[in-house]
Amino acid sequence: MTSEIIRACGLTKRYSDGKTVFSGIGLDVLPGQRVALIGSNGAGKSTLLKCLIGLLPLDGGEVTTLGENIGASASPRQLQRLRRRIGVVFQHHGLVARQSVLTNVVHGKLGLAGGWHAWHQSIARQEWRRDAQAALAQVGLDHKAEARADELSGGQAQRVAIARALVRKPQLLIADEPAASLDPASGRDVMALFSQLSRDSGITLICTTHDMDHALEYSDRIIALKSGSVFFDQPTGNVTRRHLQEVFHA
Amino acid sequence: MRDATLLPTRITRLSPVTFALLVGAGALLIVSFQQVAPSPAQLAQGGPRMAELVARMLPPNLEASFLQRVFWRMIETFQIAMVGTAIGVIVSLPVAWLSAKRISPAGLSRHVFKMMVSLFRTVPDLVWALIFVASVGLGAVAGTMTIVVDTIGFCGRFFAEAMEDADRKPQEALFAIGASRFQVLCGAVLPDAMPSLINTTLFALEKSVRSSVVLGLVGAGGIGQELKVAFDLFQYKNASTIILVIFGIVLVMEFVTDRLRTRVQ
Repeated sequence: MTSEIIRACGLTKRYSDGKTVFSGIGLDVLPGQRVALIGSNGAGKSTLLKCLIGLLPLDGGEVTTLGENIGASASPRQLQRLRRRIGVVFQHHGLVARQSVLTNVVHGKLGLAGGWHAWHQSIARQEWRRDAQAALAQVGLDHKAEARADELSGGQAQRVAIARALVRKPQLLIADEPAASLDPASGRDVMALFSQLSRDSGITLICTTHDMDHALEYSDRIIALKSGSVFFDQPTGNVTRRHLQEVFHA
Repeated sequence: MRDATLLPTRITRLSPVTFALLVGAGALLIVSFQQVAPSPAQLAQGGPRMAELVARMLPPNLEASFLQRVFWRMIETFQIAMVGTAIGVIVSLPVAWLSAKRISPAGLSRHVFKMMVSLFRTVPDLVWALIFVASVGLGAVAGTMTIVVDTIGFCGRFFAEAMEDADRKPQEALFAIGASRFQVLCGAVLPDAMPSLINTTLFALEKSVRSSVVLGLVGAGGIGQELKVAFDLFQYKNASTIILVIFGIVLVMEFVTDRLRTRVQ
């Protein structure tokens, strides 16, 4: 029985043209850690993140996430089991524009057992509707439950996406550049919210970012990718701005 | 180095193949005009005959018993259009999902459903009506079946396109948390495509009303049957009444669906 949330070694991923995205990457993530995955554009952060939760297949290496071995031979059932226990937030919130905020949060239950009626709040279980409303309260948007998703600002929409991830009560929260498409103030709010939720609920958080301030302020550990491999992997307290600048310069 | 004072030519030079194709198309059009377009002599002869026919159609027959018969035939026409469209739309939804690129759960078999929709669309409705009259007999049922097939051909294609065009980001977000294809369809694809689906349904209804009017000409029920009888028996005053009623109904239908479409936008 492994105590790590993620245990990965020798991870290799290539583009369809054979070019290597990253190779030989190894990392262990412990419960409750807030990990910032940093690197310049094209460094492979998002690809690595997707490989860690089985959204993209690996070309080599072994990865066990939440006890599920999701290497090249992972079965759809294993991936399904894993995805039921994680929450994912992308750079774009991915809300269904024409649906209400509450319905979008209830969607977070879709992958769960018996979740077939979670495609609209009006037919979802009462318990799940309550969970969704509570998740909205956690992100400070319970008063927007009945608003349409396309009426929200970018920052509010991203908060709803976080609520959609939280409603699953995940053990692991994955965020792929959640602040990249927001203005600086909204971006900071969203990152602070992630950080606070992770601290309060003990959820393990892995977040990609290319914002140095976000990495330094809202994480316990920083993993830097450069030229397809781990450039450094340090507790945030040991990382200086100069270290970070080296990651982003050739 | 290119001379800066040189202007590009006004007309791009055509390739020999494009030029040959244009000449060929022009020649075909001219020959077709000569063979099938009405000549001035034919127009001169046809004009008075048309005027004579219109004169025999006036005034329209407004006898109460005849109007009552037309009313009930029109109700039947509506029923054919409504029921045919309703069944057609319900069947079109799964067919469109199965044939839609990228979201179909059928894999390569989606082409089978796509071909079926193409077949339904390309065969004209009067031909379907003849087939159904031959198989289930004269009357409204054959008309309804024709409208069902016609609606699947129309909605199946446009529903599939609307589903393919639905925003991908919510779909990816739901797939990432383990939602099944059907859940993604219900949760993300259909809500996003809904305005387009409703618009297409309203167009289909409008189209069905127009189609169901003429289906009676081949014995598939509705007001068209009454129109055929009127022309066959040279009852032109009856025919003009029916034509006016059809015109009014189609106009009302277009107005109503236009208003509904505006509201959906």
